[in-house]
Amino acid sequence: MTTMATKPHAEPAIYVYEAPLRLWHWTNALAIVVLAITGYFIASPLPSVPGEASDNFLMGYIRFAHFAAGYILAIAFLFRIYWAFMGNHHARQLFTPPLLSREFWDGVWHEIKWYAFAVREPRKYIGHNPLAVVVMHFLFLWLLVFMIVTGFALYGEGTGMGSWQYELFSAWVIPLFGQSQDVHTWHHLIMWAMVCFIIIHVYVAIREDIMSRQSLVSTMISGWRMFKDSREPDDGH
Amino acid sequence: MTETFYEVMRRQGITRRSFLKYCSLTAAALGLGPAFAPKIAHAMETKPRIPVLWLHGLECTCCSESFIRSAHPLAKDVVLSMVSLDYDDTIMAAAGHQAEAIVQETIDKYDGNYILACEGNPPLNQDGMSCIIAGKPYLDQLNHAAKHCKAIISWGSCASYGCVQAAKPNPTQAVPIHKVIHDKPIIKVPGCPPIAEVMTAVITYMLTFDRIPELDRQGRPKMFYSQRIHDKCYRRPHFDAGQFVESWDDEGARKGYCLYKMGCKGPTTYNACSTIRWNEGTSFPIQAGHGCIGCSEDGFWDKGSWYARLTDIKQFGIESNADAVGGTAAAVVGAATAAHLGISAIKRAQQKGDQE
Repeated sequence: MTTMATKPHAEPAIYVYEAPLRLWHWTNALAIVVLAITGYFIASPLPSVPGEASDNFLMGYIRFAHFAAGYILAIAFLFRIYWAFMGNHHARQLFTPPLLSREFWDGVWHEIKWYAFAVREPRKYIGHNPLAVVVMHFLFLWLLVFMIVTGFALYGEGTGMGSWQYELFSAWVIPLFGQSQDVHTWHHLIMWAMVCFIIIHVYVAIREDIMSRQSLVSTMISGWRMFKDSREPDDGH
Repeated sequence: MTETFYEVMRRQGITRRSFLKYCSLTAAALGLGPAFAPKIAHAMETKPRIPVLWLHGLECTCCSESFIRSAHPLAKDVVLSMVSLDYDDTIMAAAGHQAEAIVQETIDKYDGNYILACEGNPPLNQDGMSCIIAGKPYLDQLNHAAKHCKAIISWGSCASYGCVQAAKPNPTQAVPIHKVIHDKPIIKVPGCPPIAEVMTAVITYMLTFDRIPELDRQGRPKMFYSQRIHDKCYRRPHFDAGQFVESWDDEGARKGYCLYKMGCKGPTTYNACSTIRWNEGTSFPIQAGHGCIGCSEDGFWDKGSWYARLTDIKQFGIESNADAVGGTAAAVVGAATAAHLGISAIKRAQQKGDQE
């Protein structure tokens, strides 16, 4: 750690994730948890409740929670896009993977080897590592867009013709899939794809926090990236 | 020259006084001002009845069976007074060459002015030999009649979407009308069969306003197909309350709870069954205690099971659905993650050992 003072790029901590981005991350995470659980119970409802129909509104509340969380997710996502323009360059990483850069794919390959236990040490990154960029862009961002679009298409069926949800989403999504039933099926399947993403995401975040050369979990809480060695980061720019 | 409505009504013994009353009432019923009554009378006096050719391809005649049960308006009023049903091999008196001659006669006489009503659909495989009308493939008759028509009504799910004969594996390659006719306006009236009143109302609308009804993106009349059965279902309060039939003949079934868990397709099916109902508004499937099977939706035969909420995903086995596929994927990912975690822990322990 003695070289730290002489190398400006090897500061012990760098402010990476600004407050709005962190707020989006956790809001989004919470919304997805609520959406996945309520969504599951919309497809496979709980056992019937006793009493008169007029005294109960269980399915109604579950659906309300789903729709409310869906709105929060969608509005938060719009804000996230806005923040990609307004925030620092780390806020754009999710949206703009440098897919044409050889160096980037070299980084992806190195990270894959790191996860396959084929190299002893991962590279050091201030932002996301290249593999994380690929996975988050394709297996999170686009799935999120898919879920928002199909979600509003299904919601628009309830609000009915003439509503903006119907005209903006249902009117073209339902015919695109053929009928409503297939939209339901795909919306449900992609929920499971997101569950798979979350399992990997949480595991990898904790593992990286422990085994890689930079902090992960605490960074999404405080915004500061901390490093375990003072060598130059591989995305130091 | 075909008779006008007025002439037909007078022939059936209706006085001019009654006829004018009828025009006023119709204007009121349609929400038009009193000034429209003479306009309707004028239209009825001068407009000839619409000639209709009703062709049958691969179908089961359930559309015709439904149609003749229409109560409002009565099918006989539609057939005898409103339209000039020139050809419909199921209910026409003529047969054989005599019947087939009428098709050509109508085409020649009303070129570009008749309505082509299609019940059933054409098969394309084996040069269309799976459906022969008067010694020729149905496809030939359809193409010929469609070329000279004003507009097409696709009766039922067969003509609209393909229905059972187009279900997998579709050996005859039966295709809906809009897959073979591309240059004419097509009104889809899906359902297996469509509701009788919907069928007659579509014809009545076209007759009264001399234009096709407003259609949605899938070509269905908005007035009957803009809402799901679920939206107007009388069991909907039980759905919102979370009260479901869990198995046939259970307590919930006796109490008339929601059939969602029994695979009712009401939430994904656009039709008017829960409002117009069937057989003069007597009942409809859900009222009879059986879930909707979604018969007016595209590909409903392949979106089963009719008795499960989640659609079968056949690519992954007979009993598979979104939960089975997704749950398995999540379990595999979870197991892989756990294995990776184990190896990571061992590797880390080894490295620590090396360092010491």
